[in-house]
Amino acid sequence: MKTFGAFLLFLSSLLKRGESPRILFNRTIDEAILIGIDSVFIVAVVSTFIGAVTCVQISYNLTNALIPRSTIGFMVREMTILELAPTITSIVLAGKVGSSIAGGLGTMRITEQVDALEVMGINSASYLVLPKILAAFLVFPMLVITAMFLSIMGGYLAGSLSGALSGQEYITGLRSDFISWNITFALIKSLVFAFLVAAISSYQGYFTEGGALEVGRASTKAVTNSVIAILIADFVCAQLLL
Amino acid sequence: MIEIHNIHKTFNGTKVLDGISGNFESGKMNMLLGASGTGKSVLLKCIVGLVKPDLGSITYDGRIFANNKLDIKQEIRRKIGMLFQGSALFDSMTVSENVEFPLRMLSDMNRTDRLDRVQFCLKRVGLENAGNKMPSELSGGMKKRVGIARAIAPHCTYLFCDEPNSGLDPLTAITIDELIKEITLEYDITTIVVTHDMNSVLEYGDNVMFLYKGKKLWEGHSSTIMDTNVKELNDFIFSNRLMRDAKKVEQIEEEERQEEERHEEEQNRSDR
Repeated sequence: MKTFGAFLLFLSSLLKRGESPRILFNRTIDEAILIGIDSVFIVAVVSTFIGAVTCVQISYNLTNALIPRSTIGFMVREMTILELAPTITSIVLAGKVGSSIAGGLGTMRITEQVDALEVMGINSASYLVLPKILAAFLVFPMLVITAMFLSIMGGYLAGSLSGALSGQEYITGLRSDFISWNITFALIKSLVFAFLVAAISSYQGYFTEGGALEVGRASTKAVTNSVIAILIADFVCAQLLL
Repeated sequence: MIEIHNIHKTFNGTKVLDGISGNFESGKMNMLLGASGTGKSVLLKCIVGLVKPDLGSITYDGRIFANNKLDIKQEIRRKIGMLFQGSALFDSMTVSENVEFPLRMLSDMNRTDRLDRVQFCLKRVGLENAGNKMPSELSGGMKKRVGIARAIAPHCTYLFCDEPNSGLDPLTAITIDELIKEITLEYDITTIVVTHDMNSVLEYGDNVMFLYKGKKLWEGHSSTIMDTNVKELNDFIFSNRLMRDAKKVEQIEEEERQEEERHEEEQNRSDR
């Protein structure tokens, strides 16, 4: 509870003595480039293969001749949009972006760069952390949409190449019983996960004390806590929004 | 002038600062002297507002700093320049960007004026050609000089230096001390230097405050520090052989001088 209270105080400190909108905008764009561009490759690889594997495994389990093969396309779409794209992408980003945020802030803290900002009269939390959270809000949904597309494409390629189903059957499955709210739900989840990853990782990094060992520990803790928070939030979102 | 009164600070039940008071004059090198772990850096951090004292007051030219309204603290903070022990340069920025940073964040100067000021400050510390380098490409001494340039860029009134010559070779250490002294005199800045280097204290220090186990044990001008009879301060000053030898030489010279005077006196008496 004490840690949670400290976390809430940390979040409230982000909104005090903020920098000018111009500086905030520029910093947010810089952070978005760092978080986004650097993560596209890993998100693309993971989502494509997850889509492919999902398709192959559903095909393997779907042995009943009464169920049409197009169901595979339908199931890949539903699993991808509802769960795999937002959640797996966010978990991957928690590992990549979260550790980078915590490590970067932790290093700044132990090398007194954070103190240097404070001495200048700059709210270091607002200057360093707020743009990261805003950038995550901007970038996570984009990466999740990319992941959805690539995952479905991965399923299409895997299904066609393995002969599990034809391309036509896959597309028929994709187009059947589409509920647009699922996309909205996935994007809402991506925003929640973006906040959790950026805020938790920043909190861990910002309050690092000690030396290089503690920076490593902060990074590990940032990833672990972010992943746990994502999974809990995933359940809560599913309960509340579906 | 900076005045501190009755500063107390405790960390996890351990008293780190125990009722420290004193004045730090402008245009002077005010030295905070003491062994490691005596609370010098904590006191400095209390003065600049990085650590909140449990008790006591800090005033900058008569304006209360600690426990004051945020905007007044901000106003004072904008007149503060600080050189950190590890320089604390921003890794992701070039040398020029580091020096420009406080101007960009805190002043209304346009880009041309900012760049002129950056060039002036870098020239002042002898690094006019290093503007495009990254901090990782600089030596320890160069980093300290960039740190000084960044501190003075926004026309600071108060300069704080946390062990400015630690980790540097003796020659570079002297260069940094000289630079701080010159800047202090040139701009009439109130400078506080945390150090445990006796060479810095004797060569460049004006007012010295000696801390021991969180308490102020001695305060005075650097020229009188060798004559003190405070045991802890003497132990600290003469803990290295060079200082002990210097003291012995001084004592021998003093004895010789007294002997000469006595001899002269006797001769005068016999002449009469």
